[in-house]
Amino acid sequence: MTTSPFKTTAIVVAAVAMIAAAGCTRRTPPPTPVDPGTPSQPTTPTGPSVPTGPVDGAVIPGSVRDFTINVGDRVYFDFDSYSIRSDASRVLAAQAGWLSRYPQVQIRIEGNADERGTREYNLALGARRAEAVRSFLIANGIPASRIDTISYGKERPIAFGSNEQAWAQNRNAHTTITGGAPQ
Amino acid sequence: MRLTALIAPLCLALATLGAQPAMAQSGQPAGEDVVISEGVLRDLPIAIAPFQGPRGQEIAQVISANLERSGFFDPIDPAAFIQQNPGVDVEPQFAQWTQINAQTLLVGQVNVDGDGRLRVNFRLWDTVQQTQLLGFQFTSTPENWRRVAHKISDAVYQRLTGELGYFDTRIVFVAEDGRGPNRTTRLGVMDQDGFNPSYLPATDAIVMTPRFSSTHQRVTYMALGEDYTRIYLLDLETGRQESLGEFEGVVFAPRFSPDGRRIAFSLERGGNSDIYVMTLQGRQLTRLTSDPGIDTSPSFSPDGSRIVFNSDRGGRPRLYVMNADGSGQRPISSGSGNYHTPVWSPCGDMIAFTKQQGGRFHIGVMNASGGGERILSSSYYQEGPTWAPNGRYLMFFRGEAGESPHLWITDVTGRILRPAPYGGAASDPAWSPLLDPPAADFGGAVGASGGSCLAAGG
Repeated sequence: MTTSPFKTTAIVVAAVAMIAAAGCTRRTPPPTPVDPGTPSQPTTPTGPSVPTGPVDGAVIPGSVRDFTINVGDRVYFDFDSYSIRSDASRVLAAQAGWLSRYPQVQIRIEGNADERGTREYNLALGARRAEAVRSFLIANGIPASRIDTISYGKERPIAFGSNEQAWAQNRNAHTTITGGAPQ
Repeated sequence: MRLTALIAPLCLALATLGAQPAMAQSGQPAGEDVVISEGVLRDLPIAIAPFQGPRGQEIAQVISANLERSGFFDPIDPAAFIQQNPGVDVEPQFAQWTQINAQTLLVGQVNVDGDGRLRVNFRLWDTVQQTQLLGFQFTSTPENWRRVAHKISDAVYQRLTGELGYFDTRIVFVAEDGRGPNRTTRLGVMDQDGFNPSYLPATDAIVMTPRFSSTHQRVTYMALGEDYTRIYLLDLETGRQESLGEFEGVVFAPRFSPDGRRIAFSLERGGNSDIYVMTLQGRQLTRLTSDPGIDTSPSFSPDGSRIVFNSDRGGRPRLYVMNADGSGQRPISSGSGNYHTPVWSPCGDMIAFTKQQGGRFHIGVMNASGGGERILSSSYYQEGPTWAPNGRYLMFFRGEAGESPHLWITDVTGRILRPAPYGGAASDPAWSPLLDPPAADFGGAVGASGGSCLAAGG
């Protein structure tokens, strides 16, 4: 039988009554197992036009490595901003071109923020950044149905450190390929 | 009588100790005597004699540590005591206590009943007036001896400050391991003094912003997975948890309504975060804000009629208040800097917040109507204040650059600022309500039935 780690042991401070004794008993419901919730599974790659696996470490066109190395899977933002910078728009235009060539590929855009903000506000800020990238890609011909978005707020930084260089790296939107391409 | 659940208010009768033959005192508050009032900056010297009987010394130590941490009391080192082992049923040698400047004296006795339960008698004396201020008895199963100590602490605190106590409470928080890209998180629950911590197992998800329901031993929190966000409801007694639902878009910043029947939270759609409220029964979703700015961190007023929240609709993050149906939205913060994470005091009179200004983070309070801002703590990074149920203390988390955060405590005057008694790296604390209502009228400005606050209307 599983019990809650947070369960309070049989309780308390009942009290002897010299003035008045209130009889009052509660039953604790039987403990039940914790259900931590099952995250949904990422989309499985499907479709006949999927390029097949890497050979001898070479970068296969249409693969995740091809996208990461030759296109760029991350764009960066200014502090408390979700405007697409000019350096980011070049990367995103290349992402749109690549995604047009491989129409079976599904992506998830993950918005990130640096540590200089509260957790909740930064979740909202990361969502804005993910949406800014999504809008850019849609405007460049990628169907909305191929794009998921999420915000990681400041919870999944890529760089250690409490300095401008680390903050600049952590203010980003990352495009993850979730299906339709080999590694 | 055996009480097993924390869910309902403990149906608690507690005994008033009989008066000594020579002492025609009742257990009830006496009148003008030692009462701490605000503005008195000297801590009240109190002698807490080791309780006699099993666990007696430990119970006295827990009480002493609680009262010392409150910032109102200066427990006297037992090594200075002249009268040794004062009995609970004997009038103390008052002169021997006033001689060491002990204006108040707590004595106690622990007995083990035939069924193994602890019976703890205690008396609080005013050594100057030579009167009894309190005399009560608690019984409990032996493993709950710390809770007995917390309840006695609450009785003493309330009797001498006139405010509701806050020691018989728990904290839910996020235990942190590692930093930056290597950070993992677990949900933890502990007593307010850092003892009895327990944890949910870590998962792949990052857990954030747990918050207590005010009416149940129930917690809501946010989980951030690789490809999902979810708001959970966790029952601390059974360990059972359920998701609030599946939403299109990021869900975050959950907080219960005061009646525990609804949760306000942020839901993001198309990059725009707005505040919604959902009923727990029936899962009815109502949208409260529709501004294109970020709207997040909702927190209800204690009467449930209004919500304070965080919005950048005016160009930068500020605090706003609206009616609980979303009408009447207006800003309340007026200072410069960025305001975040507003939390309404359980007394209704103040709002605690996080502020970013000058490259640092600050915890502060302001009047619920805006104005009267006071900064209580500042550091490289801190956020997430949570109120003790008496509306006097705030716990939050704080860290310096490159360090993991830790839990800290301050009070609304800023007089107290110190690490909370939990040594591990931790964040996002949330203070529970009192686990039971006060067991009796311990005197002061609040009575046994007198709400969960400082003085009425205070």
